[in-house]
Amino acid sequence: MDGGSSLYAARVRVYPHAISGTWRRVKWAALVLLLGLYYIVPWLRWPRGPGAPDQAILLDLDGRRGWIFDIVLWPQEVYFVTGFLILGAFGLFLATSLFGRVWCGFACPQTVWTDLFMMVERAIEGDRNERLRRDRGALSLDKAVRKVTKHAAWLAIAAATGGAWIFYYVDAPSTLVKIFRGQASMEVYFFIGLFTATTYLLAGWAREQVCTYMCPWPRFQSAMLDEHSVIVTYQDWRGEKRGKHKAGDSWEGRGDCVDCRLCVNVCPMGIDIRDGQQLECIGCGLCVDACNETMAKVERPLGLIRWDTLARQQRRSEGKPAGRWRPVRARTVLYGLLLLVVAGAMLAAFLLRSDVELSAQRDRSPNFVRLSNGDIRNAYTVKISNKRQGELGVRLGVRGLDAARLAIADSGETGADRPELSVRSDAVGSYRVLITVPARAAQAATTPIAFFVLDRQGRELAAHASVFVGPGR
Amino acid sequence: MPTKIEKDAISGRDTTGHEWDGVKELNTPLPTWWVYTFYATIVFAVVYCVLYPALPSLSGHTTGLLGYTNRAQLARDLDEQAKARAKYVERIRTASFDEIRKDPELYSFAVAGGRSAFQTNCMQCHGAGGGGGKGFPALVDDDWLWGGKIDQIYQTIRFGIRNANEKSRQTNMPRFGVDGVLTADQVGAVTDYVLSLSGNGKATPEGAKIFQEQCAACHQATGKGNQEMGAPDLTDSIWLYGGDRASVYRTVFYARNGSMPAWSERLDEATMKMLALYVHALGGGK
Repeated sequence: MDGGSSLYAARVRVYPHAISGTWRRVKWAALVLLLGLYYIVPWLRWPRGPGAPDQAILLDLDGRRGWIFDIVLWPQEVYFVTGFLILGAFGLFLATSLFGRVWCGFACPQTVWTDLFMMVERAIEGDRNERLRRDRGALSLDKAVRKVTKHAAWLAIAAATGGAWIFYYVDAPSTLVKIFRGQASMEVYFFIGLFTATTYLLAGWAREQVCTYMCPWPRFQSAMLDEHSVIVTYQDWRGEKRGKHKAGDSWEGRGDCVDCRLCVNVCPMGIDIRDGQQLECIGCGLCVDACNETMAKVERPLGLIRWDTLARQQRRSEGKPAGRWRPVRARTVLYGLLLLVVAGAMLAAFLLRSDVELSAQRDRSPNFVRLSNGDIRNAYTVKISNKRQGELGVRLGVRGLDAARLAIADSGETGADRPELSVRSDAVGSYRVLITVPARAAQAATTPIAFFVLDRQGRELAAHASVFVGPGR
Repeated sequence: MPTKIEKDAISGRDTTGHEWDGVKELNTPLPTWWVYTFYATIVFAVVYCVLYPALPSLSGHTTGLLGYTNRAQLARDLDEQAKARAKYVERIRTASFDEIRKDPELYSFAVAGGRSAFQTNCMQCHGAGGGGGKGFPALVDDDWLWGGKIDQIYQTIRFGIRNANEKSRQTNMPRFGVDGVLTADQVGAVTDYVLSLSGNGKATPEGAKIFQEQCAACHQATGKGNQEMGAPDLTDSIWLYGGDRASVYRTVFYARNGSMPAWSERLDEATMKMLALYVHALGGGK
């Protein structure tokens, strides 16, 4: 096959030009805010008393606890994580239907880190033209030094990133010391290595290839966009016919676009916004800054490339008033409602969440035991989860059975009515509980019963339904 | 193979040269790094096949340069676990039952270990939860043939019952009917008496007399049994071989002499101690 028809295309390297302007400033602000949050959060302390970590946000996978300020999430509450992912998805849908790919352009980690890496690259290797010239030129000492410096800086940033990520899962201050002393666990070093490698590769080398070829989001974002979404648009009706313009020449019979290609040169995706809507466009608005700079220079109205909706642009091109932006539409209302419903459900689940849980599992082998005096006994494994910080003292009881005697197996007690139990802070107490019933009272094959736990004041904290099995004569 | 690559007028791009009834396909080339990634996976697969067991042959498979096998991995994992358990096992071996039960960590380890050993060695006769069956005592109830104290349970596990081990518990119930000690009628009379001890049916004076002569030596005059002899309590609701008249008659006529292996011949001391603790904790331990 000849070059033109190859099934594989060589990558066209993108050398984004530096630009300043409103949207560049917004992007810098987003970068500082997001990276700052990312780096600072694991270091926030939150004293919880002895025996508990004092890290404000800690996802302790070994200990199977999520510590989020005063909230302690247990593995069985992982649905809160699911809830947050659903919230994130609907939030993304809503933001996209309102403002296009605002997530991609400003908040996506791929964008943020790529921006950071490009800033470092620019500081070491210079701006677009200098980088282009050097890359096309022969290898020289200067080129080698700058390349090595750049990659070393990238790797250092990437390593710092990997390190920061691991701090969400381990105690940050002590682990930081251990990392440098070589005392941290293999897992810690492995994940630092993994995230160093992925950050370096994705933000340093892959960049726009991630968005275009790896990320699924650009492929289905079009389902959320419509002609009323605010996106980056080029006013072709005003810009065309484009062409070079000399100072003093007339603007009659031509468009405002002077074909300076600054919008193309600043684009981190390497596309030409003047070609219209494209899958590659991440909606970062840098071309808006670029075009405004040029329009100001040639003293033409700003906003040839601007944030706008396709519907408004259409009316403008027909010479009509642009009309108002319509943020309230069926889809935005729907996404907003879904967002509220999910958030409300999560809030309700969170408020109704009990910090004491009770479960009882009946022994099935044997189904029941006949004692020497004819009494019938069932055995249960009762688990009491104490999600509180501090020891929990409770009394365990059972209802639904007459003359039932409750005993904790192998405790030496033979049948207190409501045995007193104590569960350690942030732990599950597991007890083998024996319920014994006189033969005459246990004739039914199954009797529905319920376990319950009372606190010291006699308030019921939790209950769990079960059954008592008898011979069924 | 592409045959007729053309330039598409509208998009300005090449076609792949494929055509189906006039429908042509635009060429949308993959980035080259993508295809290199694909090549890298092929290289990985080849390297993997060389290093690890991969290719089947008629009588086995290639073993790979690293000599890795799942079995060896499992053995290593088990070894590691045994090492991790070793300190607990050693403490269980040397500590007394009282000491173990006072140490919650050690005790829960012992009960868990006992459960595991029970599932391997004991449940075949005594049932998965120690529920027992006909001829095989339930270990969850409060009735014990040879005693339900932890030391008595441990003794039973170590040396077993009526086996070749010289320390095993050895008693024999006579075969009253088969060996002609009692006539069939006398067996019937004593059967009725035995049933009456737990409040079932009516006994004759003859049955009571025979019981005192023949049975009371082991089962006590009251019929409450004797754990020294492994003689069951005949007054309670628990019947190892069935509590209906025919079963009890059969027991008196032919005798019952259940047997249990001496586990000290197969298991180590710590495992037997863990088993004793587990059985004791099932609910019937005294």
